[in-house]
Amino acid sequence: MKLNELTIVEAAEGLKKKEFSSVELTEACLARIQERNKALNAFITVCDESALDEAKKADEMIAAGKGSVLTGIPFAVKDAICTKDVRSTGAAKILDNYFPSFDATVIKKIRDAGGVLIGKNNCDTFGHGASNENSMYGSVRNPHDETKVAGGSSGGSAAAVADHMCIYAIGEDTGGSIRWPAAACGIVGLRPSYGRNSRYGIMPMASSFDTVGPMTKTVEDTAIVMEAIAGHDPLDATTVTDKVPKYAEAISHKLTAISYKIGVPKEYMELEGMDEEVKAEIENKIKELKNAGHEIIPISLPHTKYAIPVYYILVPSEDSSNLARLDGVRYGVRATADSLYNLYARSRAFGFPEEVKRRIMIGTYALSAGYYDAYYRLAQKVRTKIIHDFEEAFEQVDAIVTSTAPFPAFGIGEKANDVLAMYLADIFVSPASVAGLPALSVPAGETKAGLPVGLQVIGPRLGEEVVLLVGKMVEKIRN
Amino acid sequence: MPVLSSQDIEYIAQLARLELTDTEKQRYAEQLSVVFDYFEMLREVDVTDVPETCQVTGLEDVAREDVAVACDVETKKKLIEAFSQKVGNVLIVPGVFEN
Repeated sequence: MKLNELTIVEAAEGLKKKEFSSVELTEACLARIQERNKALNAFITVCDESALDEAKKADEMIAAGKGSVLTGIPFAVKDAICTKDVRSTGAAKILDNYFPSFDATVIKKIRDAGGVLIGKNNCDTFGHGASNENSMYGSVRNPHDETKVAGGSSGGSAAAVADHMCIYAIGEDTGGSIRWPAAACGIVGLRPSYGRNSRYGIMPMASSFDTVGPMTKTVEDTAIVMEAIAGHDPLDATTVTDKVPKYAEAISHKLTAISYKIGVPKEYMELEGMDEEVKAEIENKIKELKNAGHEIIPISLPHTKYAIPVYYILVPSEDSSNLARLDGVRYGVRATADSLYNLYARSRAFGFPEEVKRRIMIGTYALSAGYYDAYYRLAQKVRTKIIHDFEEAFEQVDAIVTSTAPFPAFGIGEKANDVLAMYLADIFVSPASVAGLPALSVPAGETKAGLPVGLQVIGPRLGEEVVLLVGKMVEKIRN
Repeated sequence: MPVLSSQDIEYIAQLARLELTDTEKQRYAEQLSVVFDYFEMLREVDVTDVPETCQVTGLEDVAREDVAVACDVETKKKLIEAFSQKVGNVLIVPGVFEN
């Protein structure tokens, strides 16, 4: 097996036993990027030199007996997350020349532990999209079939992990941006509960939805990364002070000893237009969970169909106000203009792609005087109803299992001109986002054409442990 | 059903500080009309006496002491380097008020 194909657990073991060095591991990932990035377009920036310097330092840390399980392990980061002295564009031309003077808190934690930052992943600009076709740096292609999308918005991160260009990645999930690309590329991705991980240094999209989480090759790796990055941060007032559980230890328990009540919502399974092969794979995994001794309970989440309209009112509203800060004045690319108004309007016109402009327009309209009650306030109320659905469900069950998406990866360009069809890709992932719940996508199988299918596990608020445990069970059934 | 005209789009774009081409105005008028029409389905939901959800953490009044923190020389240098347009250490912007 090649070094770049290792999991975190395997790589950490090899480093500890001195079977190879972090420099060798990093070189193997860089070689893979060199070989494959032209075809997949998963990276906007590759840190050739600085990664090797960091790897040398990590090797010294390991030799001195310092460090943790993430020391010396090469990781990639979605470009909408700020990394100190490493260009962070958010896949937007307005930030084409932006080098942050600070690390996002989650990245700082990994770098302080000796993690090796190998590069910045392509994504839909500022996370606005479900196919990675909205990047101003070109589409990402799916490693399983290069004519298909990698999912979005963290598509570059998912493709990079699936294609072994890095050992793991850090993505960002507002409405499904970690889970859907993870499903489309056949890897594991966790959206943590809102408030569990610090959002400091994440380019803000929708501040009441944004989360940052791991994208890895196994559930155990996700648990390890989560443990390293989770926790209260004084720089993010929305982080909770609850103690971070030992996730990796929790999922190392003997799985056969646990029996869960697993809810299966009919609104998800009975969706019209759901791909038959995807549905069959998910039903099959649910059956096997039952055979393994878990109780399967049919449940109802009646407001499911309203999650997409709620999401696409609230998120563009928050987008439009957050993106007001990008105006070409203090940093980023500035257009030539004769007046201040034109400087704003032209810098933004040049620096934002079509979907970002569309969302700013939707949000500005939804928040404008006379329409606020009709759209924004109404959506905030329906959001409450969606949360109540989940609260009632979690009185009966420990976790909820669904498909991550209604279809496998679709063709590049296939949905590009149909705004609503693209928004509907988020139909199974947006409800948990609206409710701020933790949710994991774990590989469940593949279609006849060889495209990965992801299974989603949704847990109660701050219930990452149960989500990881059920994910591990699905992974075990599959292997 | 809300139907947005090219003039509506122009007005929203002005509020949002976005310069749009005529093609974009036309396209956004069509697309936003479809999207807002889709949002109409929320009117089916009975939201009588339902409170709004503005946040999901339950945290309230998270505050810290209002203390000024010094910015280190290195960070200051990087922030100035990142200015979109500058003369020396000063940021250049067009005047806010005309004349």
